Amino acid sequence: MAWWKYVSSRKIFWPLVALAVLMAFNLFFTPKFFRIEVKEGHLYGNVIDIIKNSAPIMLLAIGLTLVIATKGIDISVGSIVAISAGVVAMLLGGDLLGVPKYPIWIAMGTAILVSVLAGMWNGMLVSRIGMQPIIATLILSVAGRGIAMVTTNALIVWLYIKPFRIYGQGYLLGLPFSLYIIAVLLILTALVTRRTALGLFIEAVGINPTAARFAGINAKNIIFGVYAFSGFCAGISGLIVCSTVMSADGNNAGAGYELSAILAVVLGGTSLNGGKFYLLGSMVGALIVQTLTTTIYAFGVPPEIAQVVIALVVLVISLLQSGKFRTMIAGFFGKRELAI
Amino acid sequence: MSDKAPIVEMRKISKTFPGVRALSDVDFRLYMGEVHAIMGQNGAGKSTLVKVLTGVYKQDSGEVLLEGKPIKPDSPLAAQKLGINTVYQEVNLCLNLSVAENIFIGKEPMKLGRIDWKTMNRKAAEVLARLNITVDVTRTLSSYSIAVQQMVAIARVLDSSAKVLILDEPTSSLDDSEVEQLFKVIRKLRDEGLAILFITHFLDQTYQISDRITILKNGDFVGEYKTDQLPRIELITKMLGKELSEFSYSTNNEDKAKASAKARKDISAVLQVKNLGLEGSIEPFDLDLYQGDVLGLAGLLGSGRTETARLLFGIDSADQGDIFIKGKKSSISSPRHAMMAGIGFCSEDRKNEGIFAELSIRENIILALQARRGVLKYISMKKQLEIAEDLIKSLGIKTPSAASEAKQLSGGNQQKVMLARWLATNPIVLILDEPTRGIDVGAKLEIMEQILNLSREGLGVIFISSEFEEVLRCSTKISVLKDKAMIAELNGEEMTESGIMRTIAGGR
Repeated sequence: MAWWKYVSSRKIFWPLVALAVLMAFNLFFTPKFFRIEVKEGHLYGNVIDIIKNSAPIMLLAIGLTLVIATKGIDISVGSIVAISAGVVAMLLGGDLLGVPKYPIWIAMGTAILVSVLAGMWNGMLVSRIGMQPIIATLILSVAGRGIAMVTTNALIVWLYIKPFRIYGQGYLLGLPFSLYIIAVLLILTALVTRRTALGLFIEAVGINPTAARFAGINAKNIIFGVYAFSGFCAGISGLIVCSTVMSADGNNAGAGYELSAILAVVLGGTSLNGGKFYLLGSMVGALIVQTLTTTIYAFGVPPEIAQVVIALVVLVISLLQSGKFRTMIAGFFGKRELAI
Repeated sequence: MSDKAPIVEMRKISKTFPGVRALSDVDFRLYMGEVHAIMGQNGAGKSTLVKVLTGVYKQDSGEVLLEGKPIKPDSPLAAQKLGINTVYQEVNLCLNLSVAENIFIGKEPMKLGRIDWKTMNRKAAEVLARLNITVDVTRTLSSYSIAVQQMVAIARVLDSSAKVLILDEPTSSLDDSEVEQLFKVIRKLRDEGLAILFITHFLDQTYQISDRITILKNGDFVGEYKTDQLPRIELITKMLGKELSEFSYSTNNEDKAKASAKARKDISAVLQVKNLGLEGSIEPFDLDLYQGDVLGLAGLLGSGRTETARLLFGIDSADQGDIFIKGKKSSISSPRHAMMAGIGFCSEDRKNEGIFAELSIRENIILALQARRGVLKYISMKKQLEIAEDLIKSLGIKTPSAASEAKQLSGGNQQKVMLARWLATNPIVLILDEPTRGIDVGAKLEIMEQILNLSREGLGVIFISSEFEEVLRCSTKISVLKDKAMIAELNGEEMTESGIMRTIAGGR
């Protein structure tokens, strides 16, 4: 049983189990769920949709994982998505013939830059002024919607620039293009945090900020950095959101994403109490969240109760992931066996 | 007193944790109207035994009897309901609530569905009066000293059903007069018939307060003794399982003074402080520390020992004065600056300011070194393990592996991990604030031995301890503090316990 102990003690294990269970459910109850067709050289199907649809959440979850590891939280990422989408749409312009106002790379670069600035604003409030993360980012969460509305003049801007489609709708080698963006960002983040001491410092700050300061770690800069990075991730996420629907809607773009992303991170094994973080776990978490939504609809649950069902499943998954709960259950069944 | 039946009897208690046998066949008896101390080194099983009694852990075998009937509390709350109450070392109270609220939290007297404040405040005052404390119970707890807070914690668990009171290191943050006050309360409660289990690392206090002592060693039951029939030296030998002479070491101050005087001729000061001070924290002081010196800071609680350390390490910024490290003026305005300049600091508050509980021992050890090298120059895993394992070995840290989480270690071993963290950075000056607090005698001696070894290797050490005896044992010279000021430096033959006390008593 040594291998079992080793495998089940890995943080990624339980999120993967949850995902596998969801998939297995689909295998039995929703025919066609795993059917993947090739159309026009691209892969189509529910599974591909899940990956495509979870892309914005996955990107947010990468940034949020680091923020949460420092015992922080960033609830402004949904609004930053809208800002990023608004900025890129404004700079590309709604020209019906598809002629961009500014070159695409300038528009995208500016959108990301603005998003990073937004993240730095959060980071400044939290690390320099010492504001509580949830309050600090709540400010931008509210104000960000307003900023996003300003960028689009409170209109929904439609884009007709074909090359911009690729980020949200395009395919490369048969797979959604956004998947590559996620892969690159994930690998870079993993390299930067694990191949340098950054990951250790982030965890140290999250576990014990005072001790981190006394060990000579510049905790303020670390905290500032993770919020800026979260803004960066939200910026990229905003580009993909905008490209997917080829429009920018200051009011609705990215609305509620922050909660899905936080859920993804937590399902992935990173504790809201800060400390050890699991980037890959967060990705699995995002897939769980999206698979769940897709499953619910594919299974034919009426939309009016879908959210409740999702909430229930999330509750079950969270309980299963809690070691304490598992011990409790094991104890319960253990006793019953003895009774028989 | 053996004619009475014990109120609590634990028989042949055994408890195994993965890889560790924490208790094997331990017996323990607690009588009404007695104070019983459990003694033993770290890892002896004291806290495990208490946790079995209070329902935190479940024993693997053996039974617990309360008033002759077997009990199986499955949580501290269940134990409380049976009349077994615990006051923990770290006072678990709400500083922002009133004294009365703290006493009655969770069991507030109600009237018409609302809290009956009048009754609550009156009752709170009554309970405290039982402990000889008169305070305004409507004021917030934070406005009172730790000693009063401790009393409030005791008051909280004292109601009519209390039969057993467990005090876990209640005196570790109290000064002498506060300890005396607490002891009065303990004696009063004892005389009222309560059975009290007292856990402390202070030998003196054990002898002052306890009637009976149970000694544990490495999870084994060594014996139960009447306190007045157990000489100290026997207690120590039984706890450590070795003769005292084995760990005696040079405490000859003359030798040390000579050695440092000799060294001083060809070695310049590693740390010089001129007129460093901070309004409201500590009055300006001077300080010279030479290579191989151990400067002891002696003083009563609140005399400014920790404040001195905080200024030197840049936690608080001085509003005047200069620090020179190896003759070079250094501006130290943050711990990071201090570290880069070659100063290390082990805080007295291990839990909140030192240890990263969820990080591995390896990570805990290399953290300061890594911070010093910067985020990009990541120490390779191989090198990290090498450093960690070297230090684990040389400091004698008891752990199954460098990968274990730091929270699994006992207090003394955590302290060694802190020491290891700073030794890894190869510091010029190491400040140790109460490195021996809350750890057992054996580990204390080991840590003091390490400090002496380090100074021999040329490190400048500043050693802070509230126990003069420890300061005297380790230091080559001593600065005496009183009322937030450094009032004298003692050298050579002046360095005696009475010398320190006379200095404090006599002022300048």
